[in-house]
Amino acid sequence: MIQHVDNPVVEIHDLTVTYNKKPVLWDIDLTLPAGSIIGVIGPNGAGKSTMIKSIMGLVPLNSGYVKVFDQDLQDVRSRVSYVPQKESVDWDFPASVMDVVLMGRYGKLGLFTRPRKADKEVALDCLRRVDMEAYAGRQISQLSGGQQQRVFLARALAQEADLYFMDEPFAGVDAATEKAIINLMKTMSEQGKTVVVVHHDLQSAVEYFDWVVLLNLRLIANGPVPEVMTGQLLQETYGGKLTLLAEVGELLTKKEFPSREKE
Amino acid sequence: MEHLWEFLSLSDPNIRYVVLGSVLLAASSAIVGTFTLLKKKALVGDAVAHSVLPGVCLAFILSGVKNPIYLVIGAFVTGWISLVLIDFITKRSKIKEDTAIGLILSVFFGIGILMLTVIQKSGNAAQSGLDHFLFGQAASLVGQDLVVFSGIALILMVAVMIFFKEFALIAFDTNFAQTIGFPVRALELVLTTLTVLAVVTGIQAIGVVLMAAMLITPAAAARFWTDKLKVMIVLAAGLGAFSGLVGAYISYVAPSMPTGPWIVMVISIIALLSFFLAPQKGILFRMFTQRKFQTQMLEENILKLFYHLGEQSDHQYYQARNIEDITKKRPFNLAKLRKGLKNLNQQGFLDYSEYGWTFTNAGKNKGQRITKLHRLWELYLTEYLRIAPDHVHEDAETIEHIITPELEQRLEEQLQYPRLDPHQSKIPYQD
Repeated sequence: MIQHVDNPVVEIHDLTVTYNKKPVLWDIDLTLPAGSIIGVIGPNGAGKSTMIKSIMGLVPLNSGYVKVFDQDLQDVRSRVSYVPQKESVDWDFPASVMDVVLMGRYGKLGLFTRPRKADKEVALDCLRRVDMEAYAGRQISQLSGGQQQRVFLARALAQEADLYFMDEPFAGVDAATEKAIINLMKTMSEQGKTVVVVHHDLQSAVEYFDWVVLLNLRLIANGPVPEVMTGQLLQETYGGKLTLLAEVGELLTKKEFPSREKE
Repeated sequence: MEHLWEFLSLSDPNIRYVVLGSVLLAASSAIVGTFTLLKKKALVGDAVAHSVLPGVCLAFILSGVKNPIYLVIGAFVTGWISLVLIDFITKRSKIKEDTAIGLILSVFFGIGILMLTVIQKSGNAAQSGLDHFLFGQAASLVGQDLVVFSGIALILMVAVMIFFKEFALIAFDTNFAQTIGFPVRALELVLTTLTVLAVVTGIQAIGVVLMAAMLITPAAAARFWTDKLKVMIVLAAGLGAFSGLVGAYISYVAPSMPTGPWIVMVISIIALLSFFLAPQKGILFRMFTQRKFQTQMLEENILKLFYHLGEQSDHQYYQARNIEDITKKRPFNLAKLRKGLKNLNQQGFLDYSEYGWTFTNAGKNKGQRITKLHRLWELYLTEYLRIAPDHVHEDAETIEHIITPELEQRLEEQLQYPRLDPHQSKIPYQD
């Protein structure tokens, strides 16, 4: 069940990514529809985060290409926003909530320009949308996990993008935050924005997303929820590993063999 | 004392220059060091500091003169090479970064010492004072040296001001910086270059061996006092400048003494004091807070005990109790108990008469509340966490002291104002 769409927001063509020579994504080929809430689902180590990172140009690609809005990412960066896993930064950093949300404006500001009053107002408004307005002056080390996630979301909102990538936004957050995030996504999708979310809870996936990508080192399915979230496809994603695929991967690492021939 | 006055009055132009130079370079390295610290590259700073020595020596050997410009260029080049090598080793081999840093630091420093020895044995008259680069000599910061090192220090300060927003971003979240299209690699290159330059400014006044301390320690000390990056930078600069000033003074009164160790001593003492004394993060503050909680728990436990005694004696809550009544029920530490009773008396929760201690109204209410919270929590644990009734007491002993009035209300509502706790004791509500 791999459905291709016309006029996709994201097109991934024949993408292979390796870490230390070991392939973590094999030949991914997919297109994502605009205006949907899209879940990227698979077990631990399936390469979900890696796929998002490779779209955002954060990891080198071994082969293939990625197009966003039918262009190179470089040309449409201002329309794309990335929300990293909240564990990826040190929350003991000396900064306030406002400081972090303002970073969302840096892309528009460019280098060497300080945030202006208008940027601060946008940031404050974004904090309001995630119910964190009262925390604007708070030191980030004092936030709970859910609040940290909301701050990251507010920063993403401040980017005023059309396409959002969120890496595990529901991990380690309280129920209220989870609900707030999902409501926010629904609003964004109603405004025609696309949200791509890395997620690993199957039960809530059916409820939250309208399009799902099933991933486990290779692409297993890509399509609307009712067609993708079937027993057989999930079994294929979470069930038995493709041992042959894994062993070839090991071999490439051990022999320091390039994963692609180079002319 | 006379020395100090003469020094502080800055009447001697030589002193003025030395002070100016020391303060400038200590402050500038502290400012750059703040970002080195936040990027968790403290050890890299140390490696660079040691690796500039061969560059200094090589520049001297090649030029044959002690011209600060040549020396700075030499230091800068080998400092940079050491960074490139650390990066290369970490990326291209199985050796981890800490090992690579250790390797590069010792190899470069070893080569530097070797060259220094060769120079000293060579009998070149111009070499006198080159050994100051090991441990620093602030007093030698005059003439062209002063101009060069202070110049670099000023450049550093201006550069950090220009790049402030960008450096803060890559220190906090590099990936995000990359996704919004910032030239992260170039920015890191600039920051690294500034770090190397910051080390280079200090080679004469502080010396290569201890220069890393001037990079990291002021920022580490400043971090204890503030949660704002801008304040942290200014504070680090101030603390660094102060230690630089002290170093200059020492260098003035005891010219044969190396300056670097003194400057580092001063800044280390400041860091140590911050570690102990800073509000919120300091050890003393945290010890004090814990003491406060201990006292609060003791006092609340005494009130709870008075309430229990009242329950047992047929709800005669306002009977006088003596120490023996109390310790029979619960073996308190006597000294602590006496102190707790005295405090409670002063706070108006207990009255004291010749018969012993008696609840006041406020005291009874408080004792009753703690008892209630204890029993509510026990019930919550058995009902919601399915914990056996004989396992919940210890837990409730702590929790009863930290439940806020809001949580108390939610607890009551969620359990629907229960009458009895898991041990069938009555849960006492306020009428």
